Amino acid sequence: MTKHVRTVPVLLSALLAGVLFGFGLAWSTMVQPEAILQFLLLQNMGLLLVMAGAACTVMLAYRLIPKVMRTPVFGLGWGVHPSHLKARTIIGSALFGVGWGLSGVCPGPAIAGLGVGNWPLIYVIVGILIGAWIEGRFFEKA
Amino acid sequence: MDWIAHWFPLGWIHFLGGGVAIGLGVSLLFCLTGFIGGASTVYSAVWSYFSQWPHFQHPKFVSTRHWRLAYALGMIIGAVVFTFAVNRGEGFVTRVPAWQLLAGGVVGGFGARMGGGCTSGHGICGLGSLQLPSLLAVITFLVTAIVTAHIVRAYGGF
Repeated sequence: MTKHVRTVPVLLSALLAGVLFGFGLAWSTMVQPEAILQFLLLQNMGLLLVMAGAACTVMLAYRLIPKVMRTPVFGLGWGVHPSHLKARTIIGSALFGVGWGLSGVCPGPAIAGLGVGNWPLIYVIVGILIGAWIEGRFFEKA
Repeated sequence: MDWIAHWFPLGWIHFLGGGVAIGLGVSLLFCLTGFIGGASTVYSAVWSYFSQWPHFQHPKFVSTRHWRLAYALGMIIGAVVFTFAVNRGEGFVTRVPAWQLLAGGVVGGFGARMGGGCTSGHGICGLGSLQLPSLLAVITFLVTAIVTAHIVRAYGGF
């Protein structure tokens, strides 16, 4: 797969997919920390619809697309999200939730939000970069 | 339909429609390239450009960093398209204080990488492929996020 990741069609595919993703994040107000916090304070259940809409769409795609296509259009094989039933998964997710509850911003919307002019999200991006660095530098086996 | 107004005081179409659009983006990436498009990996992949530490030089970052950056750039463009094509040029600037954004970013970024995913990696891609660990991850971060948001609000935070 490494052979293909630099090619122009793959980059354009990722760009186009990102456009849809970012459009959805902006439309669903996920780029507004206020909206996320409203959900986390249990005042608005909209985020459940966002998650359900996204997860169900992806569930269909992940199941059906490999049945009708032998390989991806510009790729060699079908990827799988690596999930592990380990203590790290739960501890990390618990910490992710603490950060998410503090800022009201997930990693995707932190980036997409810049497109609606939500410039303070740069603080979140810098924060996530710092957190990801600390994790990778001190809490991962090299 | 009082319960709709109660639980969805700002309506529901944009939530469901936006969620489906997010899902279509992740699905399109899968269809065209076979890649799994979680967002938090973008950040570790960015470090592969700057840090020679072995973890950041892992092929899972080095061989994917170009398309991940293109994906991130696309997200910004998609939000710009929404702003001007749908929202009549009306943007949004948060009033959440900088310290909450920065501290939340550090803790959340650390946790997402340790836990192997965030709301998109576990919540969309992981649930989309019916992975039990992802379901447990989602339940875990929903609970800690709800508790944290209530504590922060109770002690005078945003």
